[in-house]
Amino acid sequence: MSKTKDTFSLQFDTTWQYDAAPESASHIRLQKGYDLFIDNKFVPPADGKYFNTVNPSTGKKIAEIARASQADVDLAVQSARKALGPWQALSGASRGKYLFRIARLIQEREREFSVIESMDGGKPIRESKTIDVPLASAHFFYYAGWADKLEYAFPGRNPKPVGVAAQIIPWNFPLLMAAWKIAPALATGNTVVLKPAETTPLTALKLAEIIRDAGLPAGVVNILTGAGDTGAMMVEHPDIDKIAFTGSTEVGKLIQKRLAGTHKKLTLELGGKGANIILEDAAIDQAVEGIINGIYFNQGHVCCAGSRLLVQESVADLVIRKLKDRMETLIVGDPLDKNTDIGAINSAAQLKSIKKYLKKGLAEGTELYQSSCELPSGSGYWCRPSLFTNVAQSNTIVQEEIFGPVLTLQTFRTLEEALEKANNTFYGLSAGVWTDKGSKIFKMTSGLKAGIVWANTYNRFDPTSPFGGYKESGIGREGGLHGLASYIKFEDR
Amino acid sequence: MKSKNETSTGEVTKETSVKGRIAVSKTFKLYIGGQFPRTESGRYLPVQLIDGTTINTCHASGKDYRNAVVAARSAVNGWSSRSAYNRSQILYRMAEMLEGRKMQLATDLIQSGLSSNQANLELDDTIDRIVYYAGWCDKYTQVFSTVNPVATPHFNFSVPEPMGVVGIVYPSDVGLLSLVSHLMPVLAGANTAVLLLPPEATTWAINFAEVLETSDLPAGVVNVLTGLRSELIAHFASHLDVNAVIGVAGTPSEVRELQSTGAAHILRVVIRSGQLHPPDPYQIMDTQEVKTTWHPVGK
Amino acid sequence: MNITRSLSPVIDQVGVEERIARLQTRSIKTASKVFALKLALSMIDLTTLSGDDTPGKVRQLCAKARHLHNRLPGLPQVAAVCVYAPFVGIAKQQLAGSDIKVASVATAFPSGQSTLQVKLDETRFAVGEGADEVDMVISRGEFLRGNYHYVFDEIQSIKEACGTAHLKVILETGELSTLDNIRLASDIAMHAGADFIKTSTGKIQPAATLPVTLVMLEAIRDFYYATGRKIGMKPAGGISNAKLALQYLVVLRETLGEQWLTKDYFRFGASSLANDLLMQIVKQETGVYQSMDYFSKD
Repeated sequence: MSKTKDTFSLQFDTTWQYDAAPESASHIRLQKGYDLFIDNKFVPPADGKYFNTVNPSTGKKIAEIARASQADVDLAVQSARKALGPWQALSGASRGKYLFRIARLIQEREREFSVIESMDGGKPIRESKTIDVPLASAHFFYYAGWADKLEYAFPGRNPKPVGVAAQIIPWNFPLLMAAWKIAPALATGNTVVLKPAETTPLTALKLAEIIRDAGLPAGVVNILTGAGDTGAMMVEHPDIDKIAFTGSTEVGKLIQKRLAGTHKKLTLELGGKGANIILEDAAIDQAVEGIINGIYFNQGHVCCAGSRLLVQESVADLVIRKLKDRMETLIVGDPLDKNTDIGAINSAAQLKSIKKYLKKGLAEGTELYQSSCELPSGSGYWCRPSLFTNVAQSNTIVQEEIFGPVLTLQTFRTLEEALEKANNTFYGLSAGVWTDKGSKIFKMTSGLKAGIVWANTYNRFDPTSPFGGYKESGIGREGGLHGLASYIKFEDR
Repeated sequence: MKSKNETSTGEVTKETSVKGRIAVSKTFKLYIGGQFPRTESGRYLPVQLIDGTTINTCHASGKDYRNAVVAARSAVNGWSSRSAYNRSQILYRMAEMLEGRKMQLATDLIQSGLSSNQANLELDDTIDRIVYYAGWCDKYTQVFSTVNPVATPHFNFSVPEPMGVVGIVYPSDVGLLSLVSHLMPVLAGANTAVLLLPPEATTWAINFAEVLETSDLPAGVVNVLTGLRSELIAHFASHLDVNAVIGVAGTPSEVRELQSTGAAHILRVVIRSGQLHPPDPYQIMDTQEVKTTWHPVGK
Repeated sequence: MNITRSLSPVIDQVGVEERIARLQTRSIKTASKVFALKLALSMIDLTTLSGDDTPGKVRQLCAKARHLHNRLPGLPQVAAVCVYAPFVGIAKQQLAGSDIKVASVATAFPSGQSTLQVKLDETRFAVGEGADEVDMVISRGEFLRGNYHYVFDEIQSIKEACGTAHLKVILETGELSTLDNIRLASDIAMHAGADFIKTSTGKIQPAATLPVTLVMLEAIRDFYYATGRKIGMKPAGGISNAKLALQYLVVLRETLGEQWLTKDYFRFGASSLANDLLMQIVKQETGVYQSMDYFSKD
């Protein structure tokens, strides 16, 4: 036999290919343009300005979206302020019922929301349908039940709502983030002004329709669309009591700075550079699946992505080989196709940023492996699943959050070395560890400085499970019982 | 560096024996990493006591602060990895030691302006407050942890974990009870601390540090600086190796400084009023992160 | 060869199930579906393994194998007919001149509770009758009591007795209880000389499942990585409809790729699957939903 072991390669470019299986978009209801949602009404922006939201898989405009200016922000905050008293005066049970209604309405329109989410943001329909939309509904359902039980969440204390909350959310999980923000705020008796990201406003606006249809009192939820400047106006508005921001660490720092010296309460969910650690005794095939799910889920546009792979040296060759084979089976393509694993990069700007890192990685002397899959033709934004090997802790691609389908692989020898490398970052959002041994799981999970640690799994989310980071990955928790604390204050304190 | 004999008999009041003996007065230093060094800056701030004597307090510098942070950081692992039961006993030991040194601390407090009655009350409350939080060490994680019933086949739980190094900046009118009220939740929660106290508090604060030093508290878990808040607040805000800062009764500009400069590394800033707060386990959570762990559950 | 549990890596059951759940979402449409249906058809071991089998029943099964659905020309043939050893001669005769193989179960199928000598005799008999393939069962009792060497040696001996006939080793995964055991049994079988590893006899529930199949395919993949030898896979029992068969092919495609998408390396042990595949193929080609009344049941 003249073949070497490495030439025993598998071929995934098979004769049998999956044909296109697009999810139908015929049932969705989209308008050509969307106004601002203030006081339960869609109102045109004061200065009449609109921007386009674009389908990242085609580069084509989907709808025109209102750009909120200062006058609109003032109006929305005023509306939320006015609604605050009556909303707090409602019993917890009544507030809860509104949230239950919203949860159900999302479930009823799950398919429509999934399709719009994938059109507007580029994520695969498989994910929007099985993760984003059901979880959004589940968040409302979970927090609905808390509304009349808050005294049990904070035994011995008397929790009160903070007031008017300004909530600014990112483009990677548009509807889900809106649910994460709105549901606990309303359950605890706050009113809300929410701004979805500039590139993905549609599902938040569709959620506005649901909120209106649910009969929520006017002004309890206001949804403003716009860019960063609209967000800044919300942050600086004097009549806001609370800012909840999910986004980049860079912007998070700006917000914390701007709030300095004010009474405004703050929670931040920021960036991450999660380490996914594979120990030699792990179930390797399932770990490889966890690596894939850790970094290529949602095109890698995930703050808690397992973007730094740490593999024990004794199994590194095997893991790399299996990982590359697995990467070959990933399908990059039309977000609406049911077989797509990796959809479109969210925007031209994000694609440019990812490409900059790919170049930088190569310039720093690392090796890049990209799957050989076909990319869709046309003017969408695409990126192959990428793996950097031969990297060191000092490489830029190891240190900075890329927010794309780009994984770096480092090896380690001992558990202590793995922990040191994993914690050697100013981020602290998430981490993963894979091993068959219980005592090692606890050693690693307790040693990792991160708010979420997945053992023998990765990228799992649940409304009952608190989410949030250590260090520069943010302040506070969202989700679960702990997530309530972000929206309450103790009067006796 | 330190003589136990000296500290255990240290007296600050001017005392003349019947035979006209000249009393030995005490030099007040900082408390960093289990040692009592002078400020590296060599600077001092004179403080006049009630009886008219003047003592020279250490005017701590930014460098002293950095040294204290190094000491506090290196103590984090050892302190947080002890069993909660052990931490609880050490904190209880603090109460025991303070009880034994009540007389001296009472004298200190009187010299800083309290009546004898007030001083004794303050000490009783302080000791009780220490005992209160000592008892929380092995309980707060039970109260503030959750097992989360996720919808997928996973076991999921959330537990508090110490943030790490916590700075506490006290106001000029701080008292002993206030000092421990803000310190104990930090320690019970397995953090280490760097305290900035005003020069006026030096006598009792440094003598209290000696109580800490004899309480089996590992070196570096608590570090005490005396100095000027206006000068050091920027250092507290900007040091990247400090995880949280508690600002007690800060002026608006001090609060702004902490939050604004701290934003450069997402510093956890806890602002509290100078008013004495009742004992409260929720204050432990002010310097805790919450970690959530997932694991699959097989059939 | 020293055989211990450390021969095999550990398997995480929840992870396997999640992977399967994800693969089950693959949507196979239009031309891709027709291709896969025909591929599945070509991979069938048309099987009858009953106490009431008769020469007449075996003859009818062979006829069905040769004439799957005469109204639709251009269909592939099934891969093999699988029978008990006494019927190998008849099947061989009926299938003479076709490419359809004859497979025989052997080794005290389905329980495997007999002596090695009896099992060897039965194997030699089947091969002597002309069996192209032998489907043996492993001794699960010996496996479960940790006697891995016994299992290994037995497979090796049967393989020797097979001569040029291909050996399929049935693990009877429904009796092995854990995926870790299934993985270990797969590795033992491959190292002992199996040409195929097969899930089940069809007599025990659960028979073939997608998670079990994935674990076995991953064992095959690791064996190929290490040795370059391609081992075949045969899920058997319970795969009765086209939709499920296509899911098996998806798992196969995304685990082992092109080289395994052939009857040489993948078989379905099934009896009623063929008609459902035929029905679906006719539906795809005519656009009309079909009834079983239009397909011969043998």
